[in-house]
Amino acid sequence: MKIKNSFLRGLKSGIPIGLGYLSVSFTFGIMAISLGFEWWQAVLISMTTVTSAGQLSGITIMVNPGQYIEMLISQLTINIRYSFMAVSLSQKADSKFKGIFRWLLGFFITDEIFAVAINEENVTRSFFSGLAVIPYLGWTLGTLAGALLGNILPDSVMSALCIAIYGMFVAIIAPKATKEKPLLAVVAVALVLSCMFYYLPVLKDISSGISVSVCAVAAAIVGALIFPKKEEA
Amino acid sequence: MDNIQFLIYLLIMAGSTYLIRAVPFAAVKKKINNTFIRSFLYYIPYTVLTAMTFPAALYATNSMISAAIGLAVAIGIAIWKKDLTIVAVAACVTVFVSEYVIGLL
Repeated sequence: MKIKNSFLRGLKSGIPIGLGYLSVSFTFGIMAISLGFEWWQAVLISMTTVTSAGQLSGITIMVNPGQYIEMLISQLTINIRYSFMAVSLSQKADSKFKGIFRWLLGFFITDEIFAVAINEENVTRSFFSGLAVIPYLGWTLGTLAGALLGNILPDSVMSALCIAIYGMFVAIIAPKATKEKPLLAVVAVALVLSCMFYYLPVLKDISSGISVSVCAVAAAIVGALIFPKKEEA
Repeated sequence: MDNIQFLIYLLIMAGSTYLIRAVPFAAVKKKINNTFIRSFLYYIPYTVLTAMTFPAALYATNSMISAAIGLAVAIGIAIWKKDLTIVAVAACVTVFVSEYVIGLL
């Protein structure tokens, strides 16, 4: 009963993520088709990789023949943040969430799934499995819909859907940052750094996957040095 | 593109993305006691999301104004309500409406 409840609670927590993913993967599907991929290729990429930034840069590399090393380097730099998240999540996984379960469920560590899971006191296997279901479905079906339907939606609707994922990010950051002054300061550092990488000459030529990692790591180091978290962080 | 080449690319992309998630998750079994590392791990998800959102979100929609209004509404509702779905939907509706209004001006 406890396991079932926890799975269902995870399932419910995954609904907003799944909705957000629908719109993002929809645009991924459209982009893949416009680059010359088949619909099943776009869907297969989404089902096996489950990452927005990595997939976008991945398909732009795939259209050129034989750039396997470039592919590996781009994926490693864009996705290295998942390693930090995985370690962070490992600290909250409960005693039964180990071994094969980590190998299986580790596949579903995305920015948003992580962000929701990390807000839990303890992360159980059942909660995390439930949490992964709807985002995974949303990501897969959104890609399929985007690949098949293409630009069937009016431009104004597409435009509005594109803000969904960022609205979700803001909903994760803002409530906590307004309660904790140190976190607010750390987030502000990340924001300023990120804008510098976006607008300043030289810095703006660095790919977004790398600059996100650099800004995030730098700001978190600043936070850890100036505002170390005591026990029970 | 031929299917063999597609599959090699897919294997590299999906394989590296999987390992980068699963290996640290499975490998770190103990509680980390080092305060610096604990603090770093506490802050990193929020800094990642912040760096991904700003300023990229301002360029996600058809107009920077609609995106800015959408983000502002999202922040306001997030502090007030906290629910992810409500915030995401409100941001979308705000962008849609503000682009409609901008179109009228």
